[in-house]
Amino acid sequence: MSDPAVIERRAAIRASFAVGLAVAAYGISFGALAVASGLDLWQTCFLSLVMFSGGSQFAVIGILASGGAAAGGAAIASGALLGTRNALYALRVAPFIGGPWPKKILAAHWTIDETTAVSTAQKTLVGQRAGFWWTGAIIYIGWNLTTLLGALIGDLLGDVSQFGLDAAAAAAFLGLLWPRLIQLQPVAVAIGAAVVAAALLPFVPAGIPVLAAAVVAVVVGLTNWLGGREATS
Amino acid sequence: MTIWQTLILASIAVLALKLLGYLVPPSLVEKPTPARVANLLTVALLSALIVVQTFGGSTGIVVDARIPALLLAAGLFALRVPFIIVVAAAAVTAALIRLWT
Repeated sequence: MSDPAVIERRAAIRASFAVGLAVAAYGISFGALAVASGLDLWQTCFLSLVMFSGGSQFAVIGILASGGAAAGGAAIASGALLGTRNALYALRVAPFIGGPWPKKILAAHWTIDETTAVSTAQKTLVGQRAGFWWTGAIIYIGWNLTTLLGALIGDLLGDVSQFGLDAAAAAAFLGLLWPRLIQLQPVAVAIGAAVVAAALLPFVPAGIPVLAAAVVAVVVGLTNWLGGREATS
Repeated sequence: MTIWQTLILASIAVLALKLLGYLVPPSLVEKPTPARVANLLTVALLSALIVVQTFGGSTGIVVDARIPALLLAAGLFALRVPFIIVVAAAAVTAALIRLWT
């Protein structure tokens, strides 16, 4: 019990389960929504198995739902734009993901919001690695099982919003954000990003509000605006 | 373009973007400015995702049961209630409001 590495690892695994199970459960609504937007069972499961990035998956089925196969180009662009943040997440986690390329490719496939958030929240290398791989495995398995379940019962479920799953997803994102709001700079960025996203939401295609909000982080990060306080505290 | 072609090309694009981040030398993000930008990017994207998930809909900004559910979640997170309980509470809150209105 007194070994700090063991304690760190256990804390990381606990966080992995808490985040992983909650987010994986949301796959039910993805599966149901995908079927409702015209995809068949195999197409729905293909997205969760191969694309494996919730935001991009929702963007793709959202565009296909409104535009059909003719909107394929817009669906690809939207999915890819929402997926660009995974490249940035990969930059954050790559330093503590070691090993040969097959392992790195699996890690890349699992580099998403939740694995990045859980792993980077850990203080030690042991905790970071445990957090990444446990969260990745739990979500990959859970997300694909719940996608299949959602697709199968999609017709029975009807409108998934009546079960509050959309609100659960918002709360899950808030839970990932919450521990990061400990200094003035990230709080300011969170508020700025929210304002940018809300302002653009009615006017631009799906995925763009989130990407535009990233500009706030780049500007504040490069200028280190409001960053002086953390240096002196 | 068929649905299958769309799904395959979009999936390749998303996976390629993930791999891209592993091809950049790790030393880049160990410098203070890139690390700060990367940290703040996570904050900004999560914050924007909350907004999109809470207010998004078929007609611009939609105000519905998701907002009280999210406010409840914020209160519970402030009280250090475990993540999974907060997420479940948010879902139940939104579902009950929709049931009663």
